[in-house]
Amino acid sequence: MQVLVAVKRVPLTGGRIVLTADGQEMDTRYLGFAVSPHEECAVEEAVRLVEAQGGSSAVLTLGPAAAEEQLRDAMAVGIDRAILLQADEGEWDPGATAAAITDAIRAQEAAHGPFDLILFGNEAADTGDFQVGIRVAYALDRPCLSGLKGLTVADGRLQGRREAAGGGWETYDVPLPAVASVKEGINLPRYPSVPGRLRARRKEVELVRPAARPAGLVKLGLRVPVEHRAAVEILGRGADAAPAVVDTLERIGVLDA
Amino acid sequence: MAVPDRASVVVIGAGIVGNSMAYHLARLGWRDIVLLDKGPLPNPGGSTGHASNFIYLTDHSKEMTAFTVDSARQYVEMGVATQSGGLEVARTAARVEELKRRMASSHAWGIDAELISPAEATRLVPYLDANVIRGAFYAPGVLVVDSLRAGTIMRERAQALGALTIAAGVEVTGLDVEHGRIRRVRTDGGDIEADTVVIACGVWSPRIARMAGASIPLTPAVHQMISVGPVPLFADTVGEITFPIIRDMDTNMYERQHGGDLEVGSYAHRPILMDADEIPSIAASALSPTELPFTQDDFSLQMEQALELVPDILGDERVGIRHAINGLLSLTPDGAPILGQTPEVRGLWSVAAVWIKEGPGIGRTVAEWMTTGEPEIDPHGSDVARFYDHQRTDHHIQARAAEGYNKTYGIVHPMEQWASNRDLRLSPMNGRERDLGAVFFETAGWERPYWYESNAPLLAEFGDRVMPREAEWEARWWSPLINAEHLALRERVGIVDLSAFAIFDVTGPGAAAALEHLCVARIDVPVGRVIYTPLLNEAGGIYADLTIMRLGEQHFRVVTGGGMGMRDKQWFVDHLPADGSAQLFDATGAWTTIGVWGPRARDVVQATTAADMGHAAFPFATCRPVDIGGVRTLASRISYVGELGWEIHVPIEQGARAWDTLWDAGQPHGLVPVGIGTYAVTARLEKGYRAHGNELELDFDLVEAGMARPTVKEADFVGRAAYLKQRATPPAAVLCTLTVDDPTSSSGVKRYMLGREPITTPDGKPLVDAKGRRSYATSAGSGPSVGRHLLMSYLPPAQAVVGTRLQAEYFGEQYPVTVAVAGATPLFDPGNERIRS
Repeated sequence: MQVLVAVKRVPLTGGRIVLTADGQEMDTRYLGFAVSPHEECAVEEAVRLVEAQGGSSAVLTLGPAAAEEQLRDAMAVGIDRAILLQADEGEWDPGATAAAITDAIRAQEAAHGPFDLILFGNEAADTGDFQVGIRVAYALDRPCLSGLKGLTVADGRLQGRREAAGGGWETYDVPLPAVASVKEGINLPRYPSVPGRLRARRKEVELVRPAARPAGLVKLGLRVPVEHRAAVEILGRGADAAPAVVDTLERIGVLDA
Repeated sequence: MAVPDRASVVVIGAGIVGNSMAYHLARLGWRDIVLLDKGPLPNPGGSTGHASNFIYLTDHSKEMTAFTVDSARQYVEMGVATQSGGLEVARTAARVEELKRRMASSHAWGIDAELISPAEATRLVPYLDANVIRGAFYAPGVLVVDSLRAGTIMRERAQALGALTIAAGVEVTGLDVEHGRIRRVRTDGGDIEADTVVIACGVWSPRIARMAGASIPLTPAVHQMISVGPVPLFADTVGEITFPIIRDMDTNMYERQHGGDLEVGSYAHRPILMDADEIPSIAASALSPTELPFTQDDFSLQMEQALELVPDILGDERVGIRHAINGLLSLTPDGAPILGQTPEVRGLWSVAAVWIKEGPGIGRTVAEWMTTGEPEIDPHGSDVARFYDHQRTDHHIQARAAEGYNKTYGIVHPMEQWASNRDLRLSPMNGRERDLGAVFFETAGWERPYWYESNAPLLAEFGDRVMPREAEWEARWWSPLINAEHLALRERVGIVDLSAFAIFDVTGPGAAAALEHLCVARIDVPVGRVIYTPLLNEAGGIYADLTIMRLGEQHFRVVTGGGMGMRDKQWFVDHLPADGSAQLFDATGAWTTIGVWGPRARDVVQATTAADMGHAAFPFATCRPVDIGGVRTLASRISYVGELGWEIHVPIEQGARAWDTLWDAGQPHGLVPVGIGTYAVTARLEKGYRAHGNELELDFDLVEAGMARPTVKEADFVGRAAYLKQRATPPAAVLCTLTVDDPTSSSGVKRYMLGREPITTPDGKPLVDAKGRRSYATSAGSGPSVGRHLLMSYLPPAQAVVGTRLQAEYFGEQYPVTVAVAGATPLFDPGNERIRS
């Protein structure tokens, strides 16, 4: 079982987002970084698949040198090896990102053999374009299942399921090699252990410099939407508040009548 | 959220400190207290919110230990403490020795502790790898506390008294000052008129203080913590903690159980300082403003070291790193808190750079200070007034905070010198001193020679009388040249650079009356007299001691040691009359001071001047202008070394000329340069001269210190009533000088104590006086002229008898000591013939 997970370094923001003075970027000076929750689950899914079925896993990211941190986070929970597509300047829109990742996958497969499964998070937490996984699948001419909340791999096939509009589940069945994007909730990701962190620290990260590509979308700037401060209403104190609480729950329609 | 439009006191900040302040002020009778915080309660997002919450009681500092012990008592009383016990483990031989010092401090302050073996340590903490350590210090009294709950309880108690209004989610936007006094707190919820404001803002304190034009010299700094779990061994734990805490001293780390997790903290990484203005807002923070993103690289070595010590837990793959932060806390340039009324703004109080373990104790102390002016615990080391201007600069704060950070669990020698930001305040003789091979120690930023390498020939001259030290610890930051210089000064004459004095002039028609009211000694003396006087607070505790020269009808010059110079100055400033009839001018930068003392001092000085330096013409304790080498100096015939001679005050720009003139005149008489090792330690110990911070503190009174004069002046002064009461009762303790009879250790090495050693009965029991104070060496040092190592200690009256045999504990061994003097009679030259010759 050969699995690849693609992730993206994103800032961990608080309740309010602060922009740089020129309005072009988020001010990340005091922010930590991680990968999107969907991608965290994709990494966990990859680790579990290899634990169950043997084989090996890899993680790759297109990002600045600092994105090595996210690759090591993934290796700390059990991904075997990492590839950094180092891209510092310029805006990489979904088209350019997908093209660079596709090139990298082709190079990896030429060197190490094909990936049975390539996993993406459903969308990145910052840009939210929902495109990269699908574009890569198309370029590689492989079936793509997106928005998965469950998947199994057996007998050379991928089965995946996702929530259907209006309730219930849609189930898909495709042959490997395949591409899938997963949603948070598909599993509960593990925390890295101390030995895991130390092992990840000692591993080499493969460095690739993808060719720059002209961007399709060009960012003009960022704007923080006007904040609507929620009003807080104290319903009451202690047991006396119970009737008001029940009224409120009824009003918002969460009680089984 | 609206705020009241006036208050008797506004406390800004609702962390452990602000909550403690609100409670203790209410308890002491304050009403209309307003407590503000820009964050929500109970956790507004400051350092308290992510604190590791454990309390080790023993500190080498008496003051810090007193704050901590009081805090622990309060936490227990509030029912928020769990007694987990704690270890400090030793990985190195040097640390094993240091743990013996921890034991000595524990004994000196009365804290239960013992030294245990690795096997015993593992019995207490099974997940500790005994192979990694050589031993441990175990304190069963170590506590873990719920500091947020404590804060809530303290607020509720204040509210129950009807004393407190709380406004959370309110941010201070300005502080208005009028005529040097705080008048108003401006917030985003309205303005509050108040003439007393307390800044308890933790890492934000410098920013808030700046709004009023005041300075709180601390810097926010990172310390890292991770939390791992679930730990299988902790699965059955009920409550927060059942296993003792581990402080891994040599790696600057700690490990503590927290429910099902193990928290691992580090003070070992590179210092990471921040500006208070850059701390993110609550809204912009992912966790809280003081829980910043974890920088993994800074923790890599620590992970390996922690894994070595607790492999069973940290090496378990099932145990995940569930939480990791770069937490913010406050660091100060000298490592002590910052407490008291700010010198810049009346009514504006600082209670900053305070750890959980001191919070409630400091809250009580500052509340007492604000209410009566007489805190029960002496806070002189933490006084906000202690800082010189240069110590308030960002350059200094950052340099010293960074240097001090990695010493958090370090082995810090009592005489250890700072390395950063040196060579700032240089006396005009500095170049001469370098040429003489001076080894410089710093006091208040001044570089003063502690001894001179050029005196090496004196070692041959005096041989073993220099009391050489074989053991590395007490030989560190020391030289036998100190004792050689001491002997040369007593035998012939020495010249001493005294440039660290703080000097200020008090002038005006009201000067004499103002000083008369502050000083124990009589101030209305003839012009040209030098007065040595203690200063007391209203409760009769010893606040300071210093000298004052009367230079004119309305002109007095105060000379005090540099260490507490700014604090002493503030005391005078605070007590000047409101009508402006007495003015204070800080003249420190205008003068340098040179001491010339010894049997041949008169010969030397007389050779430089036409002024009559004879005994009849220039009596002891007088001062007058004396022209030396074309320099008009002010010579003062006093002596902290107990010899004939003068303290010569020289206009600072002419200091080198005066030094050179005296130097040249001194050569035929065998004049040697003498450093502060002699001036501040050896000579004064032989004379029994007391020192502030050692023998003289608020804890003690003049009768106990043996400084009560035969009569008390009629004029009223601060502390007079209390002092009269003290004189009318037998003292609970008597300050004594003791000799070390035999310094030979069990391994045959002569050991020499450095101070703070517990003094015990011959069978090793602590000596405790009627006020509950334990006996410990307030000072220690060589007495080369009397051929003995000397200690000073307050002893209960029964032991304060010449000839009484006692013991002093030093590095785990008991050494026999004998009471040589009970009271203030000097051991050397008891009749003071040399001074008055």
